[in-house]
Amino acid sequence: MDIATTQASVDSYIQTQEDKSLLRFITCGSVDDGKSTLIGRLLYESKLLFEDQIAALKADSIRSGTQGDDLDFALLVDGLASEREQGITIDVAYRFFSTKARKFIVIDTPGHEQYTRNMATGASQAQLAVLLVDARLGLSTQTKRHSYIVNALGVKRIVVAINKMDLVNYSQERYEEIIASYREFADKIGVADFTAIPVSALKGDNIIEKSAAMPWYEGDTLIEHLNTVPIGETANAQPFRMHVQWVNRPHLDFRGFSGRVASGQVHVGDKITALPSGKQSRVAKIFTMDGDLDMALPGESVTICLTDEIDVSRGDLLCSSANAPTLSDRFESRLLWMSEEALRPGQSYLMKIGAQTINATISPPKYAIDVNTLAHISAKTLNLNEIGVSIVNIEKPIPFEPYTLNKEMGSFILINRLTNATVAMGLIEKDAQTTSIELRTDELSIDRGLRSEQKNQKPVTLWFTGLKWSGKTFIANALERRLFANGNHSFLLDADTMWKGLSEDLDYVDADRTENSRRVAQVCKLMNDAGLIVQSCFTSAFTSERRISRRIIGDDSFIEIHVNTPLELSEAHDTTGFYKKARRGEILNIAGIDLPYEAPENPDIVVGSQTHSYEEAAQLIFDELVKRGLITKLG
Amino acid sequence: MRTLTHLQVLESESMHIMREVMAEAENPVMLYSVGKDSAVMLHLARKAFSPTKIPFPLLHVDTTFKFREMIAFREKMRKDLDLNIIVHTNPDGVEQNMNPWDFGSDVYTDVMKTQGLKQALDMHGFDAAFGGARRDEEKSRAKERVFSFRTRSHQWDPKNQRPELWSLYNARKHQGESIRVFPLSNWTEFDIWQYIYQENIPIVPLYFAAERPVVERNGVLIMVDDDRLPLLPGETPMMKRIRFRTLGCYPLTGAQESDAVTLPQIIQETMIAKVSERQGRVIDHDQSASMEKKKREGYF
Repeated sequence: MDIATTQASVDSYIQTQEDKSLLRFITCGSVDDGKSTLIGRLLYESKLLFEDQIAALKADSIRSGTQGDDLDFALLVDGLASEREQGITIDVAYRFFSTKARKFIVIDTPGHEQYTRNMATGASQAQLAVLLVDARLGLSTQTKRHSYIVNALGVKRIVVAINKMDLVNYSQERYEEIIASYREFADKIGVADFTAIPVSALKGDNIIEKSAAMPWYEGDTLIEHLNTVPIGETANAQPFRMHVQWVNRPHLDFRGFSGRVASGQVHVGDKITALPSGKQSRVAKIFTMDGDLDMALPGESVTICLTDEIDVSRGDLLCSSANAPTLSDRFESRLLWMSEEALRPGQSYLMKIGAQTINATISPPKYAIDVNTLAHISAKTLNLNEIGVSIVNIEKPIPFEPYTLNKEMGSFILINRLTNATVAMGLIEKDAQTTSIELRTDELSIDRGLRSEQKNQKPVTLWFTGLKWSGKTFIANALERRLFANGNHSFLLDADTMWKGLSEDLDYVDADRTENSRRVAQVCKLMNDAGLIVQSCFTSAFTSERRISRRIIGDDSFIEIHVNTPLELSEAHDTTGFYKKARRGEILNIAGIDLPYEAPENPDIVVGSQTHSYEEAAQLIFDELVKRGLITKLG
Repeated sequence: MRTLTHLQVLESESMHIMREVMAEAENPVMLYSVGKDSAVMLHLARKAFSPTKIPFPLLHVDTTFKFREMIAFREKMRKDLDLNIIVHTNPDGVEQNMNPWDFGSDVYTDVMKTQGLKQALDMHGFDAAFGGARRDEEKSRAKERVFSFRTRSHQWDPKNQRPELWSLYNARKHQGESIRVFPLSNWTEFDIWQYIYQENIPIVPLYFAAERPVVERNGVLIMVDDDRLPLLPGETPMMKRIRFRTLGCYPLTGAQESDAVTLPQIIQETMIAKVSERQGRVIDHDQSASMEKKKREGYF
């Protein structure tokens, strides 16, 4: 072939390739709905199969014998040896094909309920979903579950492909009956719009070519629809956000922030804010190896240089100053649990959001969602493949937006700290910032200051933290006797008081610790407002838990006391057989046994059975209170 | 208004993946096989960290039977781009005079490639290794994650992979475990060629057609790259106009007859190609599900 001609034709060919956009779509439906057959058909018809692959397919088809002499397209798609043996698709697979208009990535996921997590994984990356419905069976609970999941994950474009039309004699009536019932269901879950197409993946009806057997159908074939459906990203219209992945600093004269634009556009000269610091600057340069850009689009990986030297590190967010998101450390979130080990409320997990990984504890679910009926059901935990709504508490406030508003700002994963497994996907629904109850001091004549004066003490919360049986309550009790003798007014709050009263609705075994902790802190705060010195004695094993308490109670009134008795000694003091049960695994979520105890980094006071008797410890704390001017020692 | 083409989307995605690894891994490395996918991966790495030089070394596992032109090209790239390339060859294999014909391609590949790679990763304590594998190459690869975790003994467990949600990669691992990262997961063979053309990326001349000495064995054209290839009785190397679609060890890599001497011509050929890319690799034919098995054992 003449080189010049090739050059010209390839140039024009490449030009048309350049104009192609990329559409990622997920296919949902069970094996029986003909999903693999549909994908195999798309690959086959788009002429993307090579001769050796077709030869292998023919040989495989004859061997398996499921389709008589016809090609069994499903064999093309089912990849791993183990799943070919089981006849089910166990994982997420990615297939590629292209048409004259677009390049496609097909995300193929299994349909059974036990693979909800795989489906959600696929849906998190998809721009469009093709839902397969068996025309003979109509809507199944699976169809409903899949619709719910793709909709919850923000997949806005839904194609309902009524498959196996050949098996219902290409009946228009049957087709319309199914569509009507789907429309009713779609309304219920808030799917705004969908496109329905009657097809036969096996026979090829309405896949590429219009079906001669269904003249009554006037809409697009599946491929026509995939080629033309608008996929303009809404991310473009949103305000600019970019998570800083890496600080690029080759030498003293260059300092850039590398990341991929999450949403919105950024132009040179734009005023931007770095969060969480709140420092502002302007975009000096948008650097790429191929030359600087005037502006960058969502999805583009760039390196941004600023006009001012402000402190920005990995995990920070660069955003439009005109429209910066708010910060919070407590989110109401939808969680899909992906691990065999159920959610442990109160346990510390790692949360990866944007380009940062932070500590998080999860409150017990407000409710779980039955994905088949969409009913809200009460739940103490979430098991594998279950979806529920919980409060997620994190160690420090971060910028966020609800998932429905901005996917990259509202999506996160939870990681088990010990196994490093990804255990859940999370979608932020709304802020659930802890607000402390402020007494209306302006309206009430007797305030905290007056009460404090009357009692001749400054009300504080002595927050005892330490392992179970480390001696927290014993020390607090000794201290309380000492305080009482000194004419001070105090109150001792411990597990017994709380769990048998205010928190009796919470489950102790499942350790609804975060919520209990929040209640404890609120009670402490109220009692402080009433002028009392409170001694709160709870394990409070997590830094995040104590940090939340500190914020509710107030920095000035919070004194952290670490009862630093080693585990062996605490176990030796145990007279109830508590640790023995924990060691046998009969009770779970016990700090020091199956949960880590995060010792305070900078406690105000450290005491412990190894170093102090209870009386000595109490005296030490008493002296410290005097030293700080919180109480006055009587004559 | 400017919009992103599909190659720009893929490019940005790959750069995002590389930056995540750089930020989270302690000691990353890029596996550099000298082939076209490695060429693209190298180019993307330069883009991801520019103006900083690629902040990790490249590793080439040299099986001693790579095409001579590959080695020459590697050295040229090392010089031109001032790259830090570590070359490792399994010394045990050298000692045993390991080769594909006396030991069989399976044993040879395992010792020189799989074991060689594990040795190099262990020796340098690399905890993350970029590889150029693509999901469109082969059925078992269609399910490979972008971040693929390996046990301390470099094993891959297809049933126990982490879900990958959005583009939030969980790169955490225990001491001694490692990750293989595939930034080209979502690229197709055609995307690779188109990108090489568009970005003017240098590739080994073996991808272009030229007169080269070959012998034909079981319908596969094998290039006689040096005098180590034992000729069978009656076999004489003949000159044919050939090129390669993938590159590996010369005794195990099939050539195709071709007149394509420019990138547009290669793209032209790829567009109308009738056989898949891996057809040229001898090892995939050994047994059904062979790639999955090799991967479980630690082959890339």
